[in-house]
Amino acid sequence: MVDILIYIATALTGTGILLALYRFLKGPSPADRVVAFDTLTLMTVTLIVIIALAEGRGIYLDVAVVYALLSFLGVIAVARYLERGF
Amino acid sequence: MTIPGIIGGLFLVLGAAFLLLAGLGLVRMPDLFNRIQAGTKATTLGTLLTLAGAACLRPEWTLKLLLIGLFILLTNPISSQVLARAAHRTGAAKSEKTTVDRLVDDTEERP
Amino acid sequence: MTRVPAIALLFATLLLFWLFLNGSLAGDVLVVGIVAALFIAILFRGGRSILSGFHFTPRTIFAALGYLVFFLAELIKSNLHIARVVLTPSLPITPAIVKVRTRLQSPMGRLLLANSITLTPGTLTVEIDGEWLYIHWVNAEATDIDAATAQIVAGFEKYLEVMYG
Repeated sequence: MVDILIYIATALTGTGILLALYRFLKGPSPADRVVAFDTLTLMTVTLIVIIALAEGRGIYLDVAVVYALLSFLGVIAVARYLERGF
Repeated sequence: MTIPGIIGGLFLVLGAAFLLLAGLGLVRMPDLFNRIQAGTKATTLGTLLTLAGAACLRPEWTLKLLLIGLFILLTNPISSQVLARAAHRTGAAKSEKTTVDRLVDDTEERP
Repeated sequence: MTRVPAIALLFATLLLFWLFLNGSLAGDVLVVGIVAALFIAILFRGGRSILSGFHFTPRTIFAALGYLVFFLAELIKSNLHIARVVLTPSLPITPAIVKVRTRLQSPMGRLLLANSITLTPGTLTVEIDGEWLYIHWVNAEATDIDAATAQIVAGFEKYLEVMYG
């Protein structure tokens, strides 16, 4: 029963990732892509947590922590670049 | 099959459904600011719900999941705001449905 | 203990972060955490933490709890609102960027206010200029300053004013 729910959650998150990926590829402006990237990151963090659950390995949560941290810095850096860069 | 397990699983599905809505919002919204709105809000709650579900399924992970949740709750709005500000300063296109823009009015007043 | 030195707050925040990350209170973990947190706290003693300017009294702690409950309720409402908008085929939005004013003085209070506004129904902080905030609103219900302030800011300000006042 719980396994089935985990599969459903994975499928829903996966569809969300595909939709965000569409926006990432289509743009049109760089800022749109950054928004899509930011959203993709959080979806990936969730997916990592779901994978950690499915595999029963808590060590994957550390990956999620670091990923969330780096993407925050990444978005801030790109936003700064958009503001002053060109 | 346990009761916390089922509740945790349902939280997972609900959270993932909000992530799907975030993706849908990104595709459907007409301009950047509306996309940021859909993206930020739905992913924040979606991720928090999934983390809560994971905490129900694996109580021994609660502290670390709480840490991820707190971090996302604090940083996700900040990155959206920084991005929105950068986009507005560089003159991002706004949907023609936009009625008023007080920020443009004010920045034009003091050059 | 209403005034806690900034460096002690930073140290406590960092140590708590470390303990959450490790999820254990074993001797070696604790020692490494204390040394590292102390080092960083001394290095960045001029910096701000989430608790800068927070006065620890029963009243402010109650306000913080009230704020948390109010915030979570708003977050859920905000998501239901976005879900309804996104799932409606005609996409019913009337976006606008409105200007609101806050009475909050402390930088941390303003940061939390801006963050909260971003996560509440249909609003996104675009720019902060002193006491003025510019908010992108998906379904703008009011565009003049006073009405928008009453709708967007007042709810959170009530709690934050006590917490960081």
